[in-house]
Amino acid sequence: MEHYVPILVYALVAISFPIIALLMAKVVRAGSPDPVKAEPYECGVKTNTVAFDTRFSIRYYLIAVLFVIFDVETIFLFPWAVSFDRLALFGFIEMMVFLAILLVGYVYAWRRGALEWA
Amino acid sequence: MDFLVSHFAEILFYILAALAVLGSVGVITLKNPVNAALSLLGTFFIVAVLFVLQHAEFLAAVQVMVYAGGIMVLFLFVIMLVSVKGLKTQAAFLSPLVPVAIIGAILVGALITSAVLLGVFATGDGGPEALQMVDGAVLGNTEAVGMVLYTKYLVPFEVVSVVLLVAMIGAIVFGRKDRFIEEQEGEVGS
Repeated sequence: MEHYVPILVYALVAISFPIIALLMAKVVRAGSPDPVKAEPYECGVKTNTVAFDTRFSIRYYLIAVLFVIFDVETIFLFPWAVSFDRLALFGFIEMMVFLAILLVGYVYAWRRGALEWA
Repeated sequence: MDFLVSHFAEILFYILAALAVLGSVGVITLKNPVNAALSLLGTFFIVAVLFVLQHAEFLAAVQVMVYAGGIMVLFLFVIMLVSVKGLKTQAAFLSPLVPVAIIGAILVGALITSAVLLGVFATGDGGPEALQMVDGAVLGNTEAVGMVLYTKYLVPFEVVSVVLLVAMIGAIVFGRKDRFIEEQEGEVGS
């Protein structure tokens, strides 16, 4: 367990940093509240809709799904890379088959224009 | 103090388990969907720490990368895709809650009873060594997972790629409007 002490310290610093920064700002700053300041910022343009009312295009979701799939693929690469020496050529061929199957999906996504934004 | 030091892992487990339950209760009770999603994110991280406590370091990394990283993005996109403002959350959720709560309480009671009877409470019966041993050799957890996954579970591993391929193609087919696909085919054909 003692190996995790640096991680614990790191997590505590990471959590306390924004808290301290926000508290410091609260103490130091001049307070002049204004309802306009609390509005969501839209590049200087006056906001038309409430933040929750805006609906996003389905294309964002498609990108997110593709991200999760390639994320899972990366996860499988990780233990393979760690035990690469022990698995030798067998493991290499095995992983190439795995990647080749997923490459089919990648090429399909590319051909369908799923990776293009316009 | 001695008790605290010697039972450090157990005490940590109970605290984190309570936080995980609190977080998941928050997911289903918080009215604001973004708050519920953040509560889910916290639960994911606590579960990752629980995996570390069980010496399943690789699963902890997967938990953070795939769940806190990927699945969380999907949840947030769903919140942004649907208009959540007009949804009636409370009335639809609370009415079937009482029977569900009773069934849940019975199941949790049965789980705790069986755990106490079998004597596998808190730490489980498999020692941390079990996750680091392959054929008698002591490896790191990730390396042990790799050795077992890419030799013993070769076929399931390759099937995973097919499952991911199906998910990818399915997402592309469902995610695109028909006119989009027609336009694209026109471009490819010309």
